[in-house]
Amino acid sequence: MSAAGPDTPPSTAAPASAAVTRLKLTNFRNYAELDLSLDARPVCLFGANGSGKTNLVEAVSFLGPGRGLRAAGADAVRRHMAEGPADIWAVYAEALTRDGPVSLATGADPADPARRRTRLEGAAATQSELARLFPMMWLTPREDRLWAGPRADRLRFFDRLVLAGEPHHGQTAIAYEKAMRQRQRLLDQWAETGRIDPDWVHALEREMASAGTALAAARLDALVRLQGEIDERPETRFPKADLGLEGTLEAWLAEGLNASEAEDRFLDALAGSRRRDSAAGRSLTGPHRTELTARHRAKDQLAADCSTGEQKALLLGLALAQCAALARARGAAPVLILDEACAHLDAARREGLAAAILEVGTQAWLTGVERQLFEPFGAQAQYVEVENGRAGAVS
Amino acid sequence: MNQASGPEIERLIQLLAKLPGLGPRSARRAALHLLKKREQLMEPLAEAMGEAAAKIRACAECGNLDVTDPCAICASQRRDPKVICVVETVGDLWALERASAFKGRYHVLGGVLSALDGIGPDQLNVAKLIERAGREETSEIILALNATVDGQTTAHFIADKLEGASVDITSLARGVPVGGELDYLDDGTLAAAFKSRRPA
Repeated sequence: MSAAGPDTPPSTAAPASAAVTRLKLTNFRNYAELDLSLDARPVCLFGANGSGKTNLVEAVSFLGPGRGLRAAGADAVRRHMAEGPADIWAVYAEALTRDGPVSLATGADPADPARRRTRLEGAAATQSELARLFPMMWLTPREDRLWAGPRADRLRFFDRLVLAGEPHHGQTAIAYEKAMRQRQRLLDQWAETGRIDPDWVHALEREMASAGTALAAARLDALVRLQGEIDERPETRFPKADLGLEGTLEAWLAEGLNASEAEDRFLDALAGSRRRDSAAGRSLTGPHRTELTARHRAKDQLAADCSTGEQKALLLGLALAQCAALARARGAAPVLILDEACAHLDAARREGLAAAILEVGTQAWLTGVERQLFEPFGAQAQYVEVENGRAGAVS
Repeated sequence: MNQASGPEIERLIQLLAKLPGLGPRSARRAALHLLKKREQLMEPLAEAMGEAAAKIRACAECGNLDVTDPCAICASQRRDPKVICVVETVGDLWALERASAFKGRYHVLGGVLSALDGIGPDQLNVAKLIERAGREETSEIILALNATVDGQTTAHFIADKLEGASVDITSLARGVPVGGELDYLDDGTLAAAFKSRRPA
């Protein structure tokens, strides 16, 4: 279904922040076909439960690095009713980026539909390139229990914030995890057979030490910037948080060790923990074990102990502060997807959210069951009504 | 199984589909193309493949593929026997030869260490490399492995194994590509370029 663009014509000048100006979906989730023309203003999607709002923002999240906001595989997003050669699903977008207007596309690989391929201006795109050109963050109802949930989820959330400002962070994390898995395989074999090649394990530990130190340094750097932004921000409707990263490597770097000293110390620690890691069946030390902590400053309370509404407000505050920090540092804010974020906010906080998004100048994508939830945006946002796998801009 | 064609065609398609870069659909297309161009393509190809299978072997010295053993590079008097460049595959060797940047000899590992794929030192041509490094004539080993986790792990591993040999161990520089613009480089490459800077 095609929809005419809103009254404001899309700007063709290089924008401060990344923004989708056209979004086309083919056989994606509950969308057979969709063609939306947009401008750089925030996008408010409204419609009944199950109409396809989250599916639409998931498609947008596929334009950035990673597996999108549902972490879905390529074969999971294909529309079930697809017929004939329409087995192939695709998300195509035209977007304004720091390099000017580009076309981005992702979809099932025709040669192997279980695989996803991503193209930038018609050529294969790397994850780092996507992270640089189309930085992105999101909050979904999945994150509602983030502060009280598993440690690994919090770290993943924070790593996504870091990735929005440091395009290489994702590749470093993959390199670290790959080396860690390989080392663990050798240690598992050691436990089973009693045989080990210490040189091989050492070689992998060097890779872990180098990538792990880079990971920890990027996280610390992001944490300092983010905390600085939070501290400097005027009081808003969103509570301020005091953040911390508890991890061995992060602690060494924070103590003042330089990167190569921290790397050497981590290398020694890995060599010293082979027996323990072999017995445990996993690596017991390293930046994959880092804990993100947060306290509600005004209430002097651990985030996990706050009410559900306050926990969500803390997360929103973090995401908005990171957007602002990146807009300040890089001159461009990441695209921010907020799925069902307004539902649990009172009227004052909804106003605060709109004000913060408009101030940063990010193209935020918000979803909600009713249009009234987005009233504070007024004419400074564009509105899209979603109904049963169809969506159209409304004025 | 495609019932419209006989078992001969099916077998051809199945074998073609095992080639890198080809899936079942492209293998079918390739098979039809071959059958259509029987005289110009299929028969000469079958002949070339038979000949290659019969004559080409791996060089016992370096692991390169050639019709002679030792291979033409190892046998050449014009190549410097003091310097050995270690590569992952014969494809990498060809890439370096195309660049004509290296006039020494090679050592093809036949892969890289990968515990997850079950590839260990025993599956690689490492023992022979250690032997070659220990020879009196050898003065430098250049590790020209990919800048991936597995490639770099293998490079560290080999460097450790060669610690006792009295040879210089070097690796290819990483950094700004020829004709590259700094603004477009990722942070990791920029950091690597700074690390390996040299007097201008």
